[in-house]
Amino acid sequence: MTSNINSLEFGILNPEMVRQMATIRIVTSDLYDADGYPVDGGVMDSRMGVIDPGMRCRTCGGNIDQCKGHFGYLELAKPVVHVLFIKVVYSLIKCTCQKCGRILTKSEKIGLEKLAKNIPAKCPYCDAQQKKVVFIKPYTFNLGKDEFDSEKVREMFEKIPDEDLKKIKFRGGRPEWLVLTLLPVSPVNTRPSITLETGERSEDDLTHKLVDIVRINQSLRENIDIGAPEFIINDLWELVQYHVSTLFDNELTGIPQARHRSGRPLRGMIQRLKGKEGRIRGNLLGKRVNFSARTVISPDPMLSVNEVGVPEEVASELTIPEHVTPLNIEVVKNMILTGKVNYVLRPDGRKIKVTDDNRNDLIRLIDKGWIIERKLKDGDVVLFNRQPSLHKVSIMAHYAVVMPYKTFRMNPSVCPPYNADFDGDEMNLHALQTQEARTEASLLMDVKHNIISPKFGGSLVGLDLDQVTGIYMLTKNGVEFTPEEAADMLASAGIDAELPNKKKITGKDLASIPIPKEINMKFKANICRQCAKCVGEDCKNEGMVVIKKGQLISGVLDKTAIGAFKGKIINKINTLGDDEQLKNFIDVMGRLGTAYLMKRGLTIGISDIDLSKSVMNDIQKDIQDAVSKANKLISKYNEGSIRALPGMTAKESLEAQMLNTLAGGLNEVSKIVVKNISYSDIIAMTESGAKGSNINTTQMAACVGSETILGERIQRGYMGRTLPHFEVGDLSAASHGFVARGFKEGLLPYEFFWNLMNGREGLMDKSLRTRKSGYMQRRLINSLQDLKVFDDMTVRGSNGEIIQFFAGEDGIDPSKSDWGKLEWQNYITVG
Amino acid sequence: MMKLPEKIEQQVEEFAKEKKMTPDKKKKLHEEVMTAYKMMLYSPEEAIGIIAAQSLSEPATQMTMRTYHFAGTAGIQVTLGLPRILEIFDAKKEPETPAMTIYIDKKHQTEPKVTHIAEMIKEVKLKDVVTTSIMDVINMVVKFRLNDEKIKRLEIDIKKVSSKIKIKNIEIGVQGKDLVVTSKKENINIHKLRYKILESHVSGIKNISQVIIQKDEFDEWVIHTLGSNLKKVCEIEGVDGTRTTTNNIFEIKEVFGIEAARNAIIKEAMHTIEEQGLGVDIRYVMLLADIMTFNEKIMGIGRYGIAGHKHSIIARASFEETKKHLIDAAVKGLKDDLSGSVENIIMNKVAPMGTGSFTLIGSLPKVPSEIKKEYEKIEKEMTKRREEVEAERLKVLEEQKQAEKVAEEPKAELLTEEPKTEKQKEEKAAKKTEKKAKVGEKTKKEPKTRIAKKKPATEKAKKSASSETKKKKK
Repeated sequence: MTSNINSLEFGILNPEMVRQMATIRIVTSDLYDADGYPVDGGVMDSRMGVIDPGMRCRTCGGNIDQCKGHFGYLELAKPVVHVLFIKVVYSLIKCTCQKCGRILTKSEKIGLEKLAKNIPAKCPYCDAQQKKVVFIKPYTFNLGKDEFDSEKVREMFEKIPDEDLKKIKFRGGRPEWLVLTLLPVSPVNTRPSITLETGERSEDDLTHKLVDIVRINQSLRENIDIGAPEFIINDLWELVQYHVSTLFDNELTGIPQARHRSGRPLRGMIQRLKGKEGRIRGNLLGKRVNFSARTVISPDPMLSVNEVGVPEEVASELTIPEHVTPLNIEVVKNMILTGKVNYVLRPDGRKIKVTDDNRNDLIRLIDKGWIIERKLKDGDVVLFNRQPSLHKVSIMAHYAVVMPYKTFRMNPSVCPPYNADFDGDEMNLHALQTQEARTEASLLMDVKHNIISPKFGGSLVGLDLDQVTGIYMLTKNGVEFTPEEAADMLASAGIDAELPNKKKITGKDLASIPIPKEINMKFKANICRQCAKCVGEDCKNEGMVVIKKGQLISGVLDKTAIGAFKGKIINKINTLGDDEQLKNFIDVMGRLGTAYLMKRGLTIGISDIDLSKSVMNDIQKDIQDAVSKANKLISKYNEGSIRALPGMTAKESLEAQMLNTLAGGLNEVSKIVVKNISYSDIIAMTESGAKGSNINTTQMAACVGSETILGERIQRGYMGRTLPHFEVGDLSAASHGFVARGFKEGLLPYEFFWNLMNGREGLMDKSLRTRKSGYMQRRLINSLQDLKVFDDMTVRGSNGEIIQFFAGEDGIDPSKSDWGKLEWQNYITVG
Repeated sequence: MMKLPEKIEQQVEEFAKEKKMTPDKKKKLHEEVMTAYKMMLYSPEEAIGIIAAQSLSEPATQMTMRTYHFAGTAGIQVTLGLPRILEIFDAKKEPETPAMTIYIDKKHQTEPKVTHIAEMIKEVKLKDVVTTSIMDVINMVVKFRLNDEKIKRLEIDIKKVSSKIKIKNIEIGVQGKDLVVTSKKENINIHKLRYKILESHVSGIKNISQVIIQKDEFDEWVIHTLGSNLKKVCEIEGVDGTRTTTNNIFEIKEVFGIEAARNAIIKEAMHTIEEQGLGVDIRYVMLLADIMTFNEKIMGIGRYGIAGHKHSIIARASFEETKKHLIDAAVKGLKDDLSGSVENIIMNKVAPMGTGSFTLIGSLPKVPSEIKKEYEKIEKEMTKRREEVEAERLKVLEEQKQAEKVAEEPKAELLTEEPKTEKQKEEKAAKKTEKKAKVGEKTKKEPKTRIAKKKPATEKAKKSASSETKKKKK
């Protein structure tokens, strides 16, 4: 059943309408009779819909799938105010003449709330003096000192003329409808009851609430009929008001929440709608889906970046529907025989599971017009996702490759967009069910179309970690192979290419294989040491990369050339405009890096960060220098002669200067370490930008430096001191978080403690940050989600309001640009 | 005809000049650059808003929560990182750490002159110029000795100082170099009074608590302040009002207008993001700044800003304050024309963006008659099945109606309600009033505790009654 909704109108429910849309009137608070059948006239009446499979609706005759439910209604003995509208009711009472029932203004078009804030003392129509209206939360009104009950409110509202309502923009209906005389009772299937294992029935919260209302309402009516004392009637009346109010909203301020027998607050209608798990955000905007799978991910560099390895077990559960046509009927029959089909659908919509027993029968039966649900196979387009899905590249389309074992396999080069690693991360996979979805996915969401990030115009997909190290080591000068070795390596990497006709094949030759012939580049590599005088191509560190006609002439390829986020060559190839070519470049480079690294081997050990004795002495001296400088500051401070920095107390200036001195010391140490450390695989990793930095090396080899909490030296602990190891009032570097040793040498117990404190702060900061930025993302998305670029390049919202006259001011889409710019020199042939 | 962006146009012109190109060649160059530019343009219907929001918030997860120094070592501490980004996007009226960068015009570019301006700007309270103060508890008099030098440098005298103290119920006099304050009221805490007087504003600009003079990278004297008051600072002589800025966006809007505020938002947001070493394209920040200011006032991104002022009711209700928006729409009788993305998702339609805003026009290629027949056959089968289902439903309905007709009488009785004899009615009513009296008592306390508890008592009574009547009928 499909229907097209073009617009939604909101309004207040007319009691007449309530009566018309209802099929029955509720007359009893009983739910079931002795036999367990719904009582006629009760709130579970079977004429209001079906909730049990096998039963039929007595209004429309439909079964559980066909019947959409029917309303009932309850006649209230006395009217009650609709709490959700209580503020409107209050304003209306204030704005209505207590004598003639006109709105207390002669001006045209004034907001109700605006008028309510400033009401005249006398009616402009009949000159009647207006008494003060008092609103007692949550739903009682007093007029002067007298109570102003719902009946009187209703009478008052009935007198308001229609033309006055237009003035205050009250267009949703008549105001007296805000005071309920008839209560619509929602269909049974909006509040299904659950049958417990014991056979007991557990009713929905709304049913409980309705039962309460019906019961109290009945006794109220009876009491009115027998002429019971007024206080009893008023008490019951208020009870009805309470129950009706909590039916609508059970989180009203000023009254206690209605509770279930277990003490759990009941869920009112508003509670059903609102919040994260409410109807709107939980069921309408987000849905649970079928045809999805989730498991742990692990790397496989032999896959292409836009492929995903799917375990056989997953592939045999996920299905894709396919129509049986004259063209494929024989193939389909074969598929059913070989067990590649899970279900077949007959033209009448009935679904049959394919089993060993019925396989042969189905082959005979199957005909054009049937639909088969076949298992996932190689080459199917699937969506691959890792949560949190922070940006659009958190869900991309991959091509399935069915594989043994139980994890999803992916190329490590696509880790950056998903922000995934393989320390136990799980990812989700969705099998697409319609041809339209599959086409859009492969044209728009394929990894190869999303290599350039719209965020900053650089590459998101690129070589990562060991792949970078591998290529870096391969392209260094002096790496040479015999043609046999080279061919062997290329074969193991699955690269099909022609080798240059040379006796000795260099690593640079191999790394040039995937680079397209059109590429001519010259740029500084990551290892560039920013020398004062750049010698260009002759750089002995190989810091200047030169590529001519796709041939790497000099320099090493590292993070700046091929890495994710930075890769300059990736961006350059992107300007050629062929996504397939770009994807192949990343694939082949990645495999080449891995293959070389496997051939060469990569190893790190403690001795990698050994420094000679004299260097260690220098380092010790530097640390001592920094500490003694710090000590001088302390003695200055103790003398009171420290120069206070502007806007700071003496203590604050001391702390600021201490941090600076110690950081300066560490910086000196770092310089010495970087200068003197012998080349090893660790250095190769930091140099190439694969992983780690000079600070990491320094901290391992020489000195960890100052640990900070909230940007300050460590101050907390005991009174006057941080730990019992120190004297009270000790201001020295060591007692406030300075770690003078490196990780290799080992930390002193208290130094270890400083390190842990810093680590804990990081954890706390992270958890707070994710929450804050998560909410910010929700708000940002909600603010901007309707903006789109129109054909005339204006940016407009859903209402047609123009936000920008020319998208991004120059119309350039960062995801199609070079780092957000038009590098036009790359595109010209003239000159 | 589309034009190249100005900057690129210029570059291309220069390039052509440099290479001494002939007009023909130049035209070709132009065309080539133009094609490259056209390839880079946004595709129509691109959901630029979502991409902007994601591009801005994804790096926010990597931001620190800390505050950092402003400029070098002796700088002013300014909020940065995630808190600052939130501040800007939320359009907070006042930043946590308001700060200004004051530029000085060419005439005043010497250290003493700049120092003088800085002193004029900095807020001076009485306590800053007082050397000693004496309290006479008996006569309720407080005497303040002022620092002459400091006062002179601020270009004020003792009389002016006395006129600046604005506290009720006191008398201020001048005795030589002393400021004498007498309380008009008796029984006043003189310590408190003294403290109050010391806190009163004497000179400078209010709220500017710190000033730091520095030379910037262009060897120019610049004053950094903590605290902000753009309007008053710009009025001071020697201040270059054309370049002086503040990080308080609302102040910029007040002084320079909404376009300046938009630029300030872009500048501040980009500064914060870049300071964290994160790269985000400036176009997204511009888009956000544009939507924040397009309504001629600065709107934040939250429920009191853009998200809460959307025209679609459903979009607003799905964000926050569901109840408020739905009720408001009902009273005003509003209509939602379902033009945005959320609305369409809720209605199970494709959002009108990207490929979702296009439909296929035209006819499919003709289907061979053979296949057409096949499909017709299938269609027939399907309709037959549908008809069967419908017929079954109607049949069941009819059967039920029949069954109900047979059992009409008891049902009618139920609906008309209270068909009981007068005796029964009286009895019941008597019982009820008894109970009601109890219930009435309970109701006053009851809602606070448990309402469900009451149920068994009344329900049981009724159940037994109704089941009795039913049995009779049977």
